[in-house]
Amino acid sequence: MSISQPFRLVGGGRIDRRRRIDFRFNGLRFEGYRGDTIASALLANGVRTVARSIKYHRPRGFFGAGAEEPNGIFTVRHAGVEGATVPHAPGTLVELTEGLDVQAVNGWPSLRFDLAGGLGWFGGMLSAGFYYKTFMWPRSAWHWYEWAIRRMAGNGRAPDAPDPDRYDRRNAVCDVLVVGGGPAGLAASLAAARAGARVILVDDQPELGGSLLGARRELGGKPAIAWVTNCAAALADEAEVTVLTRATAFGFYDHGFVAVLERRTDHLAPHRRRGPRERIWRIRAARVVLATGATERPPVFENNDRPGIMLVNAAAAYVNRYGVAPGRRAVVFANNDGAWRAALDLAEARVEIAAIVDVRPQPGGAFAARAEEAGIQVLAGHAVVDTRGRLGLRRVRVERHGGGGATDIDCDLLAVSGGWNPNVHLHAQSGGRPRFDEARACFVPGPSVQAESAAGACRGTFRLDACVREGAQAGREAALAAGFRDVGVISAPETDEEGGTEPDPTWMVHSRRARPRRAFVDLQNDTTAADLELAVREGFESIEHIKRYTLLGFGTDQGKTGNVTGMALAAGALGRAPARLGTTTFRPPYTPVTFGAAAGLSTGEFHDPLRVTPMHGQHVEQGAVFEPVGQWLRPWYYPRPGEDMHAAVVRECRAAREGIGLFDASTLGKIDIQGPDAAAFLDRIYTNDWSGLTIGRCRYGLMLGEDGMVMDDGVTARLGEHHYLMTTTTGGAAHVLAWLERWRQTEWPELRVRFTSVTDQWATIGVAGPRSRDLVASLCGEIDFGPESFRFMQFREGVFAGVPCRIFRISFTGELSFEINVPADYGRYAWDRVTERSEEFSITPYGTETMHVLRAEKGFIVVGQETDGSVTPIDLGMEWILSKKKDYIGRRSLERSDCRRSDRRRLVGLATVDPDEVLPEGAQLVDEPFTFLPAEMVGYVTSSYWSPNVGRSIALALVSGGRERSRVHASLQDGRFIAADLVSPVFFDPRGERQRG
Amino acid sequence: MLLIECPWCGPRDESEFSYGGEAHIVRPPDPDRLSDDEWADYLFMRKNPRGRHLEQWCHAHGCRQWFNVERDTVSSEIVRVYRVE
Amino acid sequence: MRRFSVFSLARNALGFRPDWPAMWRSPDPGASYDVVVVGGGGHGLATAYYLAAEHGITRVAVLEKGWLGGGNTGRNTTIVRSNYLWDESAALYEKSLQLFEGLSRELNFNVMFSQRGVFNLGHSVHEMRDIARRVNANRLNGIDGRLVRADELARLIPILDVSARCRYPVLGASFQPRGGVARHDAVAWGLARAADARGVDIIQNCEVTGIRRERGRVAGVETTRGYIRARKVALVAAGHSSVLASMADVRLPVESHPLQAFVSEPMKPVLDTVVMSNAVHGYISQSDKGELVIGAGIDSWNGYGQRGSFRTVEGALAAIVELFPVFSRVRMLRQWAGIVDTTPDACPIIGETPVRGLFVNCGWGTGGFKATPGSGWVLAHTIATGEPHPLNAPFSLDRFVTGRLVDEHGAAGVAH
Repeated sequence: MSISQPFRLVGGGRIDRRRRIDFRFNGLRFEGYRGDTIASALLANGVRTVARSIKYHRPRGFFGAGAEEPNGIFTVRHAGVEGATVPHAPGTLVELTEGLDVQAVNGWPSLRFDLAGGLGWFGGMLSAGFYYKTFMWPRSAWHWYEWAIRRMAGNGRAPDAPDPDRYDRRNAVCDVLVVGGGPAGLAASLAAARAGARVILVDDQPELGGSLLGARRELGGKPAIAWVTNCAAALADEAEVTVLTRATAFGFYDHGFVAVLERRTDHLAPHRRRGPRERIWRIRAARVVLATGATERPPVFENNDRPGIMLVNAAAAYVNRYGVAPGRRAVVFANNDGAWRAALDLAEARVEIAAIVDVRPQPGGAFAARAEEAGIQVLAGHAVVDTRGRLGLRRVRVERHGGGGATDIDCDLLAVSGGWNPNVHLHAQSGGRPRFDEARACFVPGPSVQAESAAGACRGTFRLDACVREGAQAGREAALAAGFRDVGVISAPETDEEGGTEPDPTWMVHSRRARPRRAFVDLQNDTTAADLELAVREGFESIEHIKRYTLLGFGTDQGKTGNVTGMALAAGALGRAPARLGTTTFRPPYTPVTFGAAAGLSTGEFHDPLRVTPMHGQHVEQGAVFEPVGQWLRPWYYPRPGEDMHAAVVRECRAAREGIGLFDASTLGKIDIQGPDAAAFLDRIYTNDWSGLTIGRCRYGLMLGEDGMVMDDGVTARLGEHHYLMTTTTGGAAHVLAWLERWRQTEWPELRVRFTSVTDQWATIGVAGPRSRDLVASLCGEIDFGPESFRFMQFREGVFAGVPCRIFRISFTGELSFEINVPADYGRYAWDRVTERSEEFSITPYGTETMHVLRAEKGFIVVGQETDGSVTPIDLGMEWILSKKKDYIGRRSLERSDCRRSDRRRLVGLATVDPDEVLPEGAQLVDEPFTFLPAEMVGYVTSSYWSPNVGRSIALALVSGGRERSRVHASLQDGRFIAADLVSPVFFDPRGERQRG
Repeated sequence: MLLIECPWCGPRDESEFSYGGEAHIVRPPDPDRLSDDEWADYLFMRKNPRGRHLEQWCHAHGCRQWFNVERDTVSSEIVRVYRVE
Repeated sequence: MRRFSVFSLARNALGFRPDWPAMWRSPDPGASYDVVVVGGGGHGLATAYYLAAEHGITRVAVLEKGWLGGGNTGRNTTIVRSNYLWDESAALYEKSLQLFEGLSRELNFNVMFSQRGVFNLGHSVHEMRDIARRVNANRLNGIDGRLVRADELARLIPILDVSARCRYPVLGASFQPRGGVARHDAVAWGLARAADARGVDIIQNCEVTGIRRERGRVAGVETTRGYIRARKVALVAAGHSSVLASMADVRLPVESHPLQAFVSEPMKPVLDTVVMSNAVHGYISQSDKGELVIGAGIDSWNGYGQRGSFRTVEGALAAIVELFPVFSRVRMLRQWAGIVDTTPDACPIIGETPVRGLFVNCGWGTGGFKATPGSGWVLAHTIATGEPHPLNAPFSLDRFVTGRLVDEHGAAGVAH
């Protein structure tokens, strides 16, 4: 026995004794072996107290050996890897790796001496739901109480640096998904694979075998582990089988969708880690076989939580799988035969068995003789009713089940078993309703709702031979149901099954002399049997209430060891059978799932697709500052050295009205519309008339939702007899396309018209300003740009600097302007052809901010800025665009009384009394400066800018009753008011002469 | 995560589709003949049943076709898929 | 009802076996009541409580199909705030927030209302403009709140990533200091205990199967535990409003959707406020127990199954990791879904239906918890007086006919 690992057994276990691994626990250095978990390594080193409980701060040790562990939860870091903190890792699942730095989550200043341990004295005050009854005095003091409570609560610590790892997701499809690589799962996978099905087998352990890894069993006359190895090899030979180890199926969702978390690198030494740390497999399975096993449950008795008390199968696993003695002298306390087998395993490993205590009068079956043979004291019809040992178990008190005959037995290990709970979680998540099986005293799967079946222990089948048979049968049937051939009955190997006695459903035992006060049901949340009784006495009758009131099952272990027992005890307190109380929902995930894994690669630049125009590179070269607009990144303004945003925008605004402003309008949505009924369709979608539009002309259109509210706008051109090009807002493009498709397909399938998004196919360069005609004319010679031949709101096709183009003479600035569309691949080229004339024509690129100022000078609305889903065209003063000759989407809604109210908010212009004062956008408007709150708001500022071209501040606003008012006051956050007069929203060139010039 | 059988493309994951709500709501041919109440019924009122629901889906990231689905709103079971018309 | 006080607590503190009485009775349904409230969630219990406490109407039964508080009351992310855009909603939610401020004392039950402030993040110039508009409106409505710029946010919430690394960098936020969270179960239990003490019958495991009418007005409800007469019936069953209303041939502009939420493993305090983001679709706070409580957006399809799609959870987690990179290695512990009633304008419907004596309170969408006391308060007024209170008058069913919607979609503050 190694000195550094005094509890390590001489031989045995599936650890690699040649590979020593150093790690730290609470700052102290320890040593373990490859193949160990934190739990097995600490136990090997004789570390028994590994945690303090959350509420009473009682010392705790490892209680389980797997996902069920309620006590041994740690904050795990890695020496030398910044940010690699896992706040809560069950020590029973974390494989030992070099440099692991393990920290207990509670206990201050140390686990041995925890100052908060005194809380146990106030047990009555801290009983279930105590916080609902207190902390109310003095008034409003909750804030301070809460501060203290928050610091007491919680377990681990959040990482304090960004995650150094990455994660990804994978989609997979299979015919048969088998969850669990134990005896049933292996048999199921092989059977399904032999039928030809595509099989995915997932198992949460580093190696296949399930319960067989921790037990000494025989299959086919050989150690069971040899059978496992053969199965694994056979599966590896099947081309259509995928085996995922270290992978937990954590959620069973609709339509055969199972989510699996695969842990890929944590078990490796940091320098050997490659690729994503974890991966989410999103598996769509035609059939699912659940072979998820069962979890042992403890009986409840006084002081059943001390370090040194653990589940029987956990004790056996430490011996058999990890070569660790969890104690030197053990008492086994059980109500079923399986525990006897484990006791014999312990004895074989030289753990002294002081006694087997069994509540049943004639327990053990065939094992009884073997126990006698081994010279083990058997106390039949007895129960452990109390324990002693502050920092670790020293002694147990045993009484006759039912009272009397108390004896104390010295021991440092108490292995307990109150029976088994099938892991029905995934079955329940799939929509099934587990039912309580009285004979086996556990919940078993109910009728399947999805294409799912259960086999083995998760179905309540605990005999090994039956598990293998059921597994093979389930795999065969699953493949058959998925359309594969029937492989017939698969013979199962012989097992070393021994006849036994029926288990006895004993949930709780206690001495006649004292009612239990510290008999824990949920170890992680310190929920006691008394808490459950209290909850029932206080009127909580639903199991959901009882759970919420006592926090039963709300820990990180999700109550895997305590839930069912708690339900049974609550049912008892209510005088009902457990079956009648029912079970609570088994919510996903089965075991916790890393946020980063669920997020996958969808963070940072991949959080949402980023769209840029073909000319993006030029904007970057020209020093543009960008603004996100929907998924697009658009140039916001182009500051020159020394310029701030204001200076840049002032310069750009002037340039567009004095020389030429150059604008990248490629992000506007463009939808190609073709078909003989295109015009008829547009007539229904837009509020104005489209049938009269001649080829070569453009028209501005407004779209409403069916509720009459403005939805989108844009210019649409008629390119040919049955051919239109619609433009939409940048942000609305996808929505508008879906909108058009939906009306055509679902409402008017008789209309012959089709839509194609061409946003990405065309680059659009807008040139605005008095000299823009000269510029475009110089670049496309064939087109006659004469003011009389190429008029406002017309379009021409031609060649621009050698590239085919469409030129639209339309204007969102109120200037003479042209929008040049070239195939997207030529966008960069065309932009360069324009900018190389910059000096000659004094061309200035401008961004979205200047675009907004220019359009606001003209009183043009921006959908989404002047509108918010509650604004009608009438509110915007756009009655002129509402056809009276036809029906269109949204028209009827405008007839409703509310849309006709005279006090609706209407679009107006605002001119501040002090022309230099720029109103803040979003400012609320009141009639008069107020002194009291609340104050009545009459409108708000939608757009507001300093306009260099008008020479003053300008603003657009929605104001109740529109220009019936003459003056309003904007209320500022600092308490000031700015007076502004209501004016026409058109501040510049009200007659529109420039754009038509 | 639903698995929806597009009538044109076959079974696809829910993430390829967009949902359109209750199916078979016909736009009134002559909205002017409707009272405000009747118009509101068309615009806003929905059956929203607990159980079988006839609803519209669009294979938005696929063939872009709208179609109808009969689905159980409790179990999510898809009973049938059929084309618009 | 035995009052909780320093003295009663001290008496019970000694020893491990405290002796508290039942918080509420478990009566059999009576043959008739003045008012039957269908739905034993927070809103229904609040309605019953305020009927008794404010209007002296105590012949009231609350009928609950399952266990009280088992619907959305026990499934939400417990955020309370009142910084809504429009006057109508702001007034209603502010009333509710004010009731929350005194609720623990009023009910003699600690609902753990924690006013730790609520931030609504803005990620674009456009969003910031909407946030400014809303904050300004809040201020004029007498609701606390201010605009916070990114640099200040970085100081207030150091773990929030306001850098340009984010796909949608955080530009700022609105901040309502009086907003916060409360313990959802406690709200239901406290209301139930207080209502019961005033004589209200709370009847669990009693499902309404039909609504009887006589000459255009409600006469009573059929239940799994027999027929119960009542001249006034209030349907307060979020998620199932359409199903119940259809029993009286009332059509509602409501669709029921799954709304998913989840919590992380409990950790020591790391986030002491509430952060919400519409642009990336996620909202987060840390409970007193230490769990990060996170909400997602709704699943797009109608669903009554209290289950949604995993991709919605993935989306919400991507948002959270994007905002808080240090949470990447934190783990999701528990995930669940509720059923929310959504309306076309993201505002509730509170008032009488075309069937006289039949009232509805529904359509709270994703944000009903914060309105729990306020909604009960106004509905109790409406039931007791036969007239809507000015606070809920704008939220009549009639608005869908006249078009007078209170559209909270447009404002960044709508979700949750």
